[in-house]
Amino acid sequence: MIPTSEQLCAAVPGVVIEIVPSTLAAAQPAMLVDREHLVAVARYLKNEPSCQFEFCSCVTGVDYLAKGFIEVVYHLYSVALKHGPVILKVRAPRELDQCHVPSLTPVWRGCEFQEREVFDLYGVKFDGHPDLRRILMWNEFTDHPMRKDYVPPADYEWEPTPHDEVLKRAKADGGIMPPSALATEVKK
Amino acid sequence: MIAEPLINSADTITTKTLEISIGPQHPSTHGVFRMDVVLDGEVVRALKPVVGYLHRNHEQLAEKISWLGSMPYTDRLDYFNSMSNNWAYALAVEKLAGIKVPERAECIRVIMAELSRLQNHASAIGFLLQDCGAWGTPLLYAFKEREKILDFFETVSGSRMMCNYFRFGGVRVDLNDAMLAMARKIVAEFPKFLDEFEKLMTTNEVVLARCQRVGILPRELAIAGSVSGPVARASGVEYDIRKVDKYGIYDRLEFGVPVGRIGDVYDRYYIRVLEMRESVKILQQVLRDIPAGPVQAVEVKLRGFKIPAGDGYGRVEGPKGELGFYLVSEGGPKPYRYHIRPPSFINLTVLEDMCVGHKVADAIIILGSIDIVLGEVDR
Repeated sequence: MIPTSEQLCAAVPGVVIEIVPSTLAAAQPAMLVDREHLVAVARYLKNEPSCQFEFCSCVTGVDYLAKGFIEVVYHLYSVALKHGPVILKVRAPRELDQCHVPSLTPVWRGCEFQEREVFDLYGVKFDGHPDLRRILMWNEFTDHPMRKDYVPPADYEWEPTPHDEVLKRAKADGGIMPPSALATEVKK
Repeated sequence: MIAEPLINSADTITTKTLEISIGPQHPSTHGVFRMDVVLDGEVVRALKPVVGYLHRNHEQLAEKISWLGSMPYTDRLDYFNSMSNNWAYALAVEKLAGIKVPERAECIRVIMAELSRLQNHASAIGFLLQDCGAWGTPLLYAFKEREKILDFFETVSGSRMMCNYFRFGGVRVDLNDAMLAMARKIVAEFPKFLDEFEKLMTTNEVVLARCQRVGILPRELAIAGSVSGPVARASGVEYDIRKVDKYGIYDRLEFGVPVGRIGDVYDRYYIRVLEMRESVKILQQVLRDIPAGPVQAVEVKLRGFKIPAGDGYGRVEGPKGELGFYLVSEGGPKPYRYHIRPPSFINLTVLEDMCVGHKVADAIIILGSIDIVLGEVDR
């Protein structure tokens, strides 16, 4: 059984839950939970005998640039009762110093790598995560590439005939090194 | 002074632990995958997977092109099973847009997905035995069978591995009688290959010695660690999305879900053999009953395809595990967010738990038994 927001409010005092209706044929309404009570809600969903959502299938982030927040989405299923999904959503402001969300890795071990991925690509810091490091990008990388306002660094090596955006940026950076020049440099 | 012969250095003398890096350019890591391992003698004390060498930000690429434009990119995720990847993406989009797929197309999808599972599992167990040290022979037996299926994919879609065959609301081209006859022949011959393969492997003394009680994944950890697919089922998790979600026409097909008892490398090997036998059953039913009719829903306009604003999640039981797509639409011609739930990547979460306490050589076969593809792990 998928709990209603009233049941959750009764089980976790003080929680603020908003049901995000699904406008599409998928009909997968989500529960938007406040950051402070996320872990308590997760534990309730996992341990309550009528819910038993012990399988956290998918964790991901979505950057809503225009609305000014990043949303972390958890899809939960129950292996024992074969029902689901329950979709938990939690929002954090986009500013890097405020972009914090409590980690659900202590509740579901399977979040470990997926939360690292969200941190890596979106810059969401998961408080309480045991090993929050970059996972897909290399350690020296400084930005979070899946953010909608991310600007990739200039790399003209593979643009032998630059045009449009690349040409504009190349001109601003003071010209392009042609591939032939690159070759002679390697020879020296 | 001559020392006693060392039986297990870790227990008898104090040794320094040694930190080494297995991979990324090592054939046993199945691609550009690295494991940072702490060794005490030969025994693994800690293991951290390092991924990302093949990272190309597939998800960001997909946010910049049309809905249909991502279909060929999904082939490159798990490049062994482009058909299953296509299906997962098509299914997620169809869920969002509320598209109904014609009956014949559903049957063709099942044929493709199950053939895909056959060739994936055949090569997975071939590779597993290669990791055990059985160089080449079992793998080539498996690849011989896989070739036939790839030839079939090529006949149907024009490409052996990058099939790009599914469309929203159906499939790209219909199967003619000659193609169906080809599929029937493959399915009819497959059990013979399995019997032969099992005769060589299932009770083989070396396989038993190397695989039994190695890399045990307890049921509770498999569930908590979000492990899916054959790896989870080998640990006794009775969960198959074909049965649970009943997508496509799987609710009308008769097949069993094999479940392991111990969750060691041997169970993971044998569960794949059993799953292939179930897939053969599915294929026999579908190839017998496939109806005539259109293979593409006519109301779907693939050119300029749009979905109203909203989000949704669709998933299929891929050969590696639960392959899901989380899509967010803003009503435009492109996805606003396109996320893949990659089974190989998430199954690696519990790799350390399985390997600690075993020898380095066992870590290699434990990794092999998870059956990862780096195109999907790194995306």
